[in-house]
This record gives sequence, structure tokens and C-alpha cells, in this order.
Amino acid sequence: MSARVITVSSGKGGVGKTTVTANLATALAMAGKKVVAIDCDIGLRNLDLIMGLENRIVYDLVDIVEGRCRLRQAMIRDKRHPELHLIPAAQTRDKSAVTPDDMVRVCDDLKNRVDYVFLDCPAGIEGGFRNAIEPAHQVIVVTNPEVSSVRDADRIIGIIEAKEKGPGQLIINRLKPDMISRGDMFSIDDILDILAIELIGIIPEDDNIVVSANKGVPVVMDKNESLAKMAFRNIAQRLDGNPVPFQDLTKKKNLLKRFRAWASRGK
Amino acid sequence: MGWFRNILNPKSHQSASVAKNRLQMVLSHDRFNISPQLIEEIKDDIIAIFVDRFSIDADAVEIHITRTPTESRLVAEIPILTPSRHRIARRAKRN
Ligand SMILES: Nc1ncnc2c1ncn2[C@@H]1O[C@H](COP(=O)(O)OP(=O)(O)OP(=O)(O)O)[C@@H](O)[C@H]1O
Ligand SMILES: [Mg+2]
Repeated sequence: MSARVITVSSGKGGVGKTTVTANLATALAMAGKKVVAIDCDIGLRNLDLIMGLENRIVYDLVDIVEGRCRLRQAMIRDKRHPELHLIPAAQTRDKSAVTPDDMVRVCDDLKNRVDYVFLDCPAGIEGGFRNAIEPAHQVIVVTNPEVSSVRDADRIIGIIEAKEKGPGQLIINRLKPDMISRGDMFSIDDILDILAIELIGIIPEDDNIVVSANKGVPVVMDKNESLAKMAFRNIAQRLDGNPVPFQDLTKKKNLLKRFRAWASRGK
Repeated sequence: MGWFRNILNPKSHQSASVAKNRLQMVLSHDRFNISPQLIEEIKDDIIAIFVDRFSIDADAVEIHITRTPTESRLVAEIPILTPSRHRIARRAKRN
């Protein structure tokens, strides 16, 4: 076994890194993989809350790095799945408590124990981000379809290419098909034109994500199907080497195109 | 009737295409350290090259840097006035 280390980044804050990490880690665990998710946001941890494991924290990432516990002791097992673990960030320390070399060492120790290691980046391009990039085999860049997050994604892509971790794969989160069809939101093609990297997933704006964050139960565990759940499951499959086709979230747009063609006929 | 015009005229002034143009400009700067000022200067130079030789639409000249995974290129778009639009433009100038 040799774990694949996947880092989830974005540059801009609040675009959905933690949501993506929790759901992809959970989806792969539900598909029978051994998965560890590590919160690299030292001082502002949240992955524990989104995964519903906040009450079970004893040790954290900084305890491992500073030798206060063994790796295994800081791995919180998610009992709802056979093989899903979380390593939480320290809440009362700052970013400098962990170095990029520390992260490489931690991921190295996990190498023979699991199939996937997910690293949830903090916002920004400083310490915590650099820590999470260092051990990465693959970097996911999350963006929203709006100017500032696409611009920051471009910056991240530049950095990961310079560090030879590139080219990176793109997740577009919080897509609103009706705004796109009105021409008031970047389309998928617009974003791919600008960023020129491979697309690995599209997640629509979905209230279920907020509900699931409230409950500490990632949407991929919902009994009911939702667009977001389907989107995350598809991305997990793609990461695992099954190139499932993209869902069509913009059916309305096609209808509109047809109407346009009809309206401008014979012009 | 704004919505109806929008449907018939998809690209014109919708905020997404405005955003795309603006973003492409700032990214030229972010990626290659080319300032908007320099882009404007290049634009003026290009217009100067063409203006006596072709009928171009100087106001609509656009310059940006496109990127694919393997290369980046500086792209200048210089709309040439079609004969009829040219005539209209000339007539407009005369008046
Ligand atoms: N597709 C979506 N639909 C609706 N809400 C979403 C979606 N994705 C994320 N959110 C909401 O957006 C907020 C920010 O998400 P999240 O915490 O995952 O972002 P982040 O990138 O990890 O933020 P930070 O940079 O602070 O770490 C949360 O409230 C989350 O529930
Ligand atoms: Mg986060």
C-alpha cells in the first residue's frame, strides 16, 4: 500500500475547501478505501466540525509533530465508516508550530497504512498552505464562479506549477446554473478558458451542504439523493481512476440556446 | 423588455463577459508582471501601426494573454471595419 496524498487548496477563503475535503474523504471511505483527512488550518480548525468529530479530539497534528503522542493516537476514527480517520489541527497554536518537513514526515508515516491522505489547506498562500503543498502528490484547486476566487485560483496554480506539484485539478463549487444562463455568472467554459487546467468536478450551490454542516454529517452520507451528493461521489470516483461523465447542471441553458436559435432564425 | 433583448443578444453586456475581460486583464499583470499601463501603451502602438494601412475599429482593439497548459501567448484582437461599417464610420466622422 502506498498512500496518495491529495491537497485541497483555493487561495481565497471560504470557497469550500473543508466541505470538499470532508465529502471526498467520506465518499472514498464509503467506497471501501482507507482514508485519513488532515486539517492543516492550525489555529482555525473546522474539518472536525464538518465531519462531526469535534467531541472526540484528544491529540492533534501539533502533538504528533512535537512528539507528545504517536501518530495513531491523534487519528480519530469516524465510527460510521470502516476506515476513515481525521487528524485535527491544533486550535491554540499558530501556523509556525508545523513546518513543511513535518508534513512530509507525517505523510510518510501514513504511507503504508492508508490509500488516501487528504490535506485541507487554510486560506492564503503562506505557512499553512506551504505545509500542505509540500507532501502533495496531487493538488485540487477549489474555486467559485466569481472574479476574486478565480483570480486567487490562478495564483495557486502558478505556485504549484513553480513547485512542480502542478498542473493541479480544478473543482468549481457553488455553481448557479440559472445565473449562468442569464449571463451573470462565469460558465464552466469561461473558467477553463482562463485557468487552463483540468476540470475534475462541478458542485452546484446546494442548501443541503449547509444543512449537512449544521449536523456534522457530510452530504455524501445523506439517504436522499441531491445534486451536491452526486457531484462529490463523481469526483471521488474520478480521483480513484474511474472517469465518470460530468452531470449536466445547465439543462436550462440548452433550452435557452435553442430558443435563441429559434428567435434569431432568418435574421 | 430588457430580458428579451438579453435572450436575443447573448454576449453583449452581461456581467459575466465583462468579468471575463476584466479578469483577463488583471491576470496578465499577475502572471507576467505586465502592468495595465504597458498593455495600454502596446495597444496605442498597435493602433498606430494599422491605422493608416487598414480601416480598423480602434476603440475595440483588445490585448490579453491567454494560457494553455503548455504555452502562453500575447493575443491582439484588431477588428477590421467591414466596407459598409467603414462607410458609416467615415460618414459619421464627416458630420
Ligand atoms: N456548494 C455549496 N452550496 C452551498 N453552500 C456551500 C457550498 N460549498 C460550501 N458552502 C458553504 O460555504 C461556507 C464555506 O465553506 P468551507 O468552510 O468549506 O470553505 P473553506 O474554503 O474551507 O473556508 P476557509 O478558507 O475559511 O477554510 C460554509 O458555510 C459551507 O457550508
Ligand atoms: Mg476550511
